[in-house]
Amino acid sequence: MNTLIELEKKINSELTTKIDNSEIKHNQLYMNINKENLIDVILFLKTNKNTKFRQLIDITAVDFPEKSQRFELVYLLLSHEFNQRIILSYKVNENEVVNSLVSIFPAANWMEREVFDMYGINFKDHPDLRRILTDYGFEGHPLRKDFPLSGHTEVRYNEGEKKVINEPVKLEQNYRNFDYESPWEGTKYIKEQTNNDKKN
Amino acid sequence: MTKKIKNLNLNFGPQHPAAHGVLRLILELDGEVVEKADPHIGLLHRGTEKLIENKTYMQAVPYFDRLDYVAPMNQEHAFALAVEKILNIDVPIRAQYIRVIFCEIGRILSHILNVTTQALDVGALTPSLWGFEERETLMTFYERASGSRLHANYFRAGGVHQDLPAGLEEDIAKFCENFPKIINDLENLLTDNRIFKQRNVDIGIVTKEDALDYSFTGVMIRGSGVPWDLRKSQPYDCYNQLDFKIPVGKNGDCYDRYLCRIEEMKESVSIIKQCLSKIEKGPIKSQDGKISPPPKKELKQSMEALIHHFKLFTEGYRVPKDEIYTAVEAPKGEFGVYLISDGTSKPYKCKIRAPGFSHLQSMDYLIKGHMLADVPAVLGSLDIVFGEVDR
Repeated sequence: MNTLIELEKKINSELTTKIDNSEIKHNQLYMNINKENLIDVILFLKTNKNTKFRQLIDITAVDFPEKSQRFELVYLLLSHEFNQRIILSYKVNENEVVNSLVSIFPAANWMEREVFDMYGINFKDHPDLRRILTDYGFEGHPLRKDFPLSGHTEVRYNEGEKKVINEPVKLEQNYRNFDYESPWEGTKYIKEQTNNDKKN
Repeated sequence: MTKKIKNLNLNFGPQHPAAHGVLRLILELDGEVVEKADPHIGLLHRGTEKLIENKTYMQAVPYFDRLDYVAPMNQEHAFALAVEKILNIDVPIRAQYIRVIFCEIGRILSHILNVTTQALDVGALTPSLWGFEERETLMTFYERASGSRLHANYFRAGGVHQDLPAGLEEDIAKFCENFPKIINDLENLLTDNRIFKQRNVDIGIVTKEDALDYSFTGVMIRGSGVPWDLRKSQPYDCYNQLDFKIPVGKNGDCYDRYLCRIEEMKESVSIIKQCLSKIEKGPIKSQDGKISPPPKKELKQSMEALIHHFKLFTEGYRVPKDEIYTAVEAPKGEFGVYLISDGTSKPYKCKIRAPGFSHLQSMDYLIKGHMLADVPAVLGSLDIVFGEVDR
């Protein structure tokens, strides 16, 4: 039985420079790679007889607006033979184009479309990069952190025009995000105040 | 003289009873043969993942009921397990059994719906009438445990919301005695039925290789002969203490998938029976006051309980910074939650991996070369529920 530690060693020795960082937690292997090496790493993991990650479980992205490289792409892979999971990730900038996996895993098709739809990340050589979950003619990328929870437009049926129309969202009351942090641990404004006091 | 022949484009859905929800399928037909299928999804997109990012961990649970709404508790289970692993808390054994019982009830609920509507799609009305009667019984079990028939909101990180009411265990046991007879009746109607076989055997065949490449899970991959079930291979809660078999198909066609589902229902009944014989009295949620709300009666006397209650239902519990993927074997396949926490009481990111999403994407591959009339049969055997596909 291959253990995760053996697997980690094996991948690190075979792909030496292509793996930036690896870690085992929660019985899963987490690996950071470089954007350019994606195809090589995935092909190795899929075809090597000691890894056999034959199933692409999901592709997703995470938005960190405050970081210099805004998005992190995450690939979840599963190996039936060895009963192991691996989580690959790499960081990209906002307008970067990343490689598509559709030629390796046909299942990547919709997953990449979803990432494109939700985060606006473009995939190179994707056969059919359209929006998938949002409405026809939708603008913006909903899962980005700067996209408001209520969205930008709302739809209703217009009796006069006899059709469904889009309008800017009008809320009676804005969405309220309460700060519940315990006062004795310091809410945001108190923390800021104390920090400022220290500086002065 | 030559005539120019053009393929016909047919718009199937979004309002079509055989589309099992709001699927818009654009079919390119050459006569009656399907050349290309392009599913348009997202008509039921509610932005679940975005909403969860703005809710506390406890408030996120009800959103999981609304994904695959025919087996709500199985989804809650995945989320509860993910949060438990990050928080590193133990679930009391009674809670584990309760969760497994209700997950298996969910599996039966989902499989009854699927098997009988698949039969309905190919022309048999009776199975759905018989099956839905049983679903009603099962949903009353849901109601007695959680208070609602469908959107249970019952599982919590660290256990379940409340203990089972008196008499429920006995009634579930009674159901387990009667239900195999109903499965038998359904099988009598369908398994050897000439029309049902004509419509399903050798339709929508999936090979082992393609099942892997298209990320099929659950019955879709087992129907093609891959014995893969997360309850066995990566057991969670108390599944490793239970004895059950994994039915596997041979040909990977719609008929084999139907047979797998029937067998799985029988296994589920046996799992529930085992749980009922092993379950003992005890706590049903984590005893950590920072995670589980205190019992109601303590609120009037204990200051500590009152503080905990107030903090839990305003701020919610905080989850340390971490990143995790947890999956459960939902009735439709591998349902996973990829959770990123940042130390606050709200998830930073919660990606939901729905099995139906990858199954539906292979529609073009499955239906190419089949007749138009086979579309509902294949769609039925994929077991699609739009709540989870569109999220």
